[in-house]
Amino acid sequence: MTPTYYLLLAALLFAVGAVGVLVRRNAIVVFMCIELMLNSVNLTLVTFARVSGELDGQVMAFFVMVVAAAEVVVGLAIIMAIFRARRSASVDDTNLLKY
Amino acid sequence: MTSFSQASMLLAQQGGQEVVGTGETLAFWVFGPLALAGGLGMIFVRNAVHSALWLVLTMLCLGVLYLLQSAPFLGFTQIIVYTGAVMMLFLFVLMMAGRDSADSMVEVLRGQRLLAALFGVGFAALLVGVLAPSLVSVPAEAPPNPYDPATGGGAGGLGRLIFTEFLFAFELTAALLIVAALAGIVLAYRDRREGPKRSQRELVEARFRGEYKRRSPAPGPGVFATGNSVATPALLPDGSIAPESLSELIESTNTARLIAEHERVLGAGDSHDDARALLGGESEQEGERT
Repeated sequence: MTPTYYLLLAALLFAVGAVGVLVRRNAIVVFMCIELMLNSVNLTLVTFARVSGELDGQVMAFFVMVVAAAEVVVGLAIIMAIFRARRSASVDDTNLLKY
Repeated sequence: MTSFSQASMLLAQQGGQEVVGTGETLAFWVFGPLALAGGLGMIFVRNAVHSALWLVLTMLCLGVLYLLQSAPFLGFTQIIVYTGAVMMLFLFVLMMAGRDSADSMVEVLRGQRLLAALFGVGFAALLVGVLAPSLVSVPAEAPPNPYDPATGGGAGGLGRLIFTEFLFAFELTAALLIVAALAGIVLAYRDRREGPKRSQRELVEARFRGEYKRRSPAPGPGVFATGNSVATPALLPDGSIAPESLSELIESTNTARLIAEHERVLGAGDSHDDARALLGGESEQEGERT
């Protein structure tokens, strides 16, 4: 076995997350799918760090984690604000900008 | 071409020596499929709370995979920050907002699910196809020793890099976190008052017009040398206890008991240290009176 299997796993997880973003209608679940994609990229970065024997990839994964935490706060607050205005967390109901 | 020959040379040098040990291989084949199952479960389960729990499984497995790849700091951060904080935040918001709204099976765009599935399969095939050659052609360096504080993937090695090479990026993340906290407060804040906020002047006029029960603000609890808690009563200018300053929630400071105690302290004179402490500046008055 080589570390490339980690990369394959991360690629599959990324694809699963992308499909989830396209398919799911609940805004919070869509957001969780985005988290899954970020996590799979983190796995890729950690694997690159391991393959190259350097720590830079791990530092990048660390920064991705920080950015993801900030993104979660803002995104969930936006979803809460939309839920308060429309009484719904479905992405189909958020269509005021459509026409 | 040269890089390829270098790679094959490296491969030849390493010979049969495996970079990935048997234990790691075993653990990968346990936790990798579990992570994938968590991801698939997340997108196929209709209940949003169940989706979140499947994602927790995936993130825990990814944390274990980081640990396997000699990144102990990131592994534990993954478990603590992602599964501990982020996913709990998700569950919190789900319970408030999205719990009832199970995904509708109505397709708003016709054929969207089918197209999305096709896209997903194609995308996965593309990525795997790109990565598959590296299964044989990329030799791995030995991973950094995680127990070496200077170069390992533990907190020591990462901290050395973050605070030297990546210091500016690290400070930018500080700014990012502050902005995110402010954004969370601004976006999640809801003003429950009706009408515009009254200015101080309007409030005073409304008080004297009789819209409120008292004209002055209610007295706060007293502050003495012996205590500054809510249970300490405020004293009026004549030394009696202001009944409005007593909290109704705290049973031990009911007015009757405190008034009795106040009388007792007044009667005992200066021989009690407590008396001077409780009465504060009134001890001179006390002397004049006797």
